[in-house]
Amino acid sequence: MTDSTISAIMPKPITGPLIWLRANLFANPFNILMTVLVVWFLAMSLPALLDWVLLDAVFQANNVRECRAAGSGACWAFIGEKHRLILFGLYPYDEQWRPMLVVLLLIAMVGVSCLRRFWTKWLAPMWVATLMIVGVLMWGGVLGLTYVENARWGGLPLTMILAFVAIAVAFPLGVLLALGRRSNLPAIRAICTIYIELVRGVPAVSLLFMASVMLPLLLPEGMSIDKLLRAQIALIVYASAYLAEVVRGGLQSLSKGQYEAADALGLTYWQKQRLIILPQALRITIPPLVNTLITVFKDTSLVVIIGLYDLMNAAKASFVDPAWRGSSIEAYVFVSLIYFAFCFFMSKYSQSIEKRLAKSQNR
Amino acid sequence: MATAVQQPSDAPMILLEKVNKWYGDFHVLTDIDLSVKRGERIVICGPSGSGKSTMIRCINRLEEHQAGRIVVDGVELTNDVRKVDAVRRDVGMVFQHFNLFPHLTVLQNLTLAPIWVRKTPKAEAEATAMKYLERVRIPEQANKFPGQLSGGQQQRVAIARALCINPKVMLFDEPTSALDPEMVAEVLDVMIKLAEESNVTMLCVTHEMGFARSVADRVIFMDRGQIVEQNTPEEFFSHPQNERTKLFLSQILAH
Repeated sequence: MTDSTISAIMPKPITGPLIWLRANLFANPFNILMTVLVVWFLAMSLPALLDWVLLDAVFQANNVRECRAAGSGACWAFIGEKHRLILFGLYPYDEQWRPMLVVLLLIAMVGVSCLRRFWTKWLAPMWVATLMIVGVLMWGGVLGLTYVENARWGGLPLTMILAFVAIAVAFPLGVLLALGRRSNLPAIRAICTIYIELVRGVPAVSLLFMASVMLPLLLPEGMSIDKLLRAQIALIVYASAYLAEVVRGGLQSLSKGQYEAADALGLTYWQKQRLIILPQALRITIPPLVNTLITVFKDTSLVVIIGLYDLMNAAKASFVDPAWRGSSIEAYVFVSLIYFAFCFFMSKYSQSIEKRLAKSQNR
Repeated sequence: MATAVQQPSDAPMILLEKVNKWYGDFHVLTDIDLSVKRGERIVICGPSGSGKSTMIRCINRLEEHQAGRIVVDGVELTNDVRKVDAVRRDVGMVFQHFNLFPHLTVLQNLTLAPIWVRKTPKAEAEATAMKYLERVRIPEQANKFPGQLSGGQQQRVAIARALCINPKVMLFDEPTSALDPEMVAEVLDVMIKLAEESNVTMLCVTHEMGFARSVADRVIFMDRGQIVEQNTPEEFFSHPQNERTKLFLSQILAH
């Protein structure tokens, strides 16, 4: 070989719509078959769906009979009539601007908390203040607001409060349980393991049921815990056990060398966990962590078992009205969209965190 | 601090007396006696599984010994957490696999212990860290993450990290054996320079015999959990006494 100048030029990637189609839709016989099947399925189902949702849908009607007479599609008039019952449950009708404000406030705070530039020492006090305002708005009884007992809370604000508080308390509790289960101290390890296995081994429904029926029996005479609080405790207990196992998975994936390096530098146990171990373990577990958080958010709908009117139960209550009987599909589609909006946001936000973390380490 | 009494300068920096350790039934350290003077440089070699790493890992209690005494700068290692912490404040360690913290930048790796353990103000800790990064000749990498560096650079960062706590003792646990061959020299250079320019006590588990010749005051040969032979590098390499030492030296110097 002579050392002549290198003349090869990097070939340009060949692109174009036809090439894309060939590569992605018609690459081989199986691929072609799948493409044809999918197109056929879409051709069959999309027009029908569009008819139901939009073209044959009824937006103006006074009851379900008028709706069905006016068109064969969805009866969105039902949502127009009942959306306040679904969104706010049995909360007094004239006061429903209060839970509305609570929903907007909580959404705004979540939005703020997701932005990096607000990750300062003020974020925690802001949340405390927000929760106090939420309490004032929901209960009232001060500042000229009429008192609304929490048995009448319902709909979206109830779902959001249950989910947010459950996640906010269960997450640190889950981290502690995960650390405890890997502790060197046998008593702590045993307690954490038993807690996790017991809670994980029973259905969430039975936890809620036990919290609602058994907890009052265990309390001393004359003392009672509010039904909402009991549901909240059950959700926290349930979520913490699942989160603990997710976090433990992350802890186990770290090499022993990370622990040894932290020990050799003289960090204390808590410094080591907080500065070295948890930042890495939680980063690894973002996908299963968010998966669990989404599950917790949706599982708040199980409080129906003890008669709380959360978003799902309020939706069920909405089509009991004889004038609107048979509108269950519309009600479920409506609340499903709300649940989906929240869960989709969580999913997208976690993906953006993952991307940013991957970029910062550039590995 | 547990080290209230200033130790006389002729007292040993590290003292091991009849140290024994078992992994289950396996007797990994047998009656280890070792006294290390202040500023002494010791190279420990021996076949794999001979207990060399375990011995130096006992000195900062990454491993617990089960019988005998280990005293570091006048502080005896026991189950007392305060004593363990006191010893670790004075002992830096460099690992075979670097064990840098991948989620922190190089600079953050270096300032972590000074800020959290020694309570040094951040600016001061960063200035010290930059000084040591210059000493290991990679100040320009301060704001990168460990994953962006080569193995040799990572190990030099790890050495700088251990030096940032201003240790009296440095433990090296096979610092070059996970490196690609072309990177061994840059790490050894840093270690030789450290030995020349400071009076830190060094214990180094390594098979780099060139390093042993140029730096060590004493070479220790371990086999089957025992110290078989120890001598100055000249005597150790030219007149090994024990048969096992001779066999080992012939194996590693053969090629």
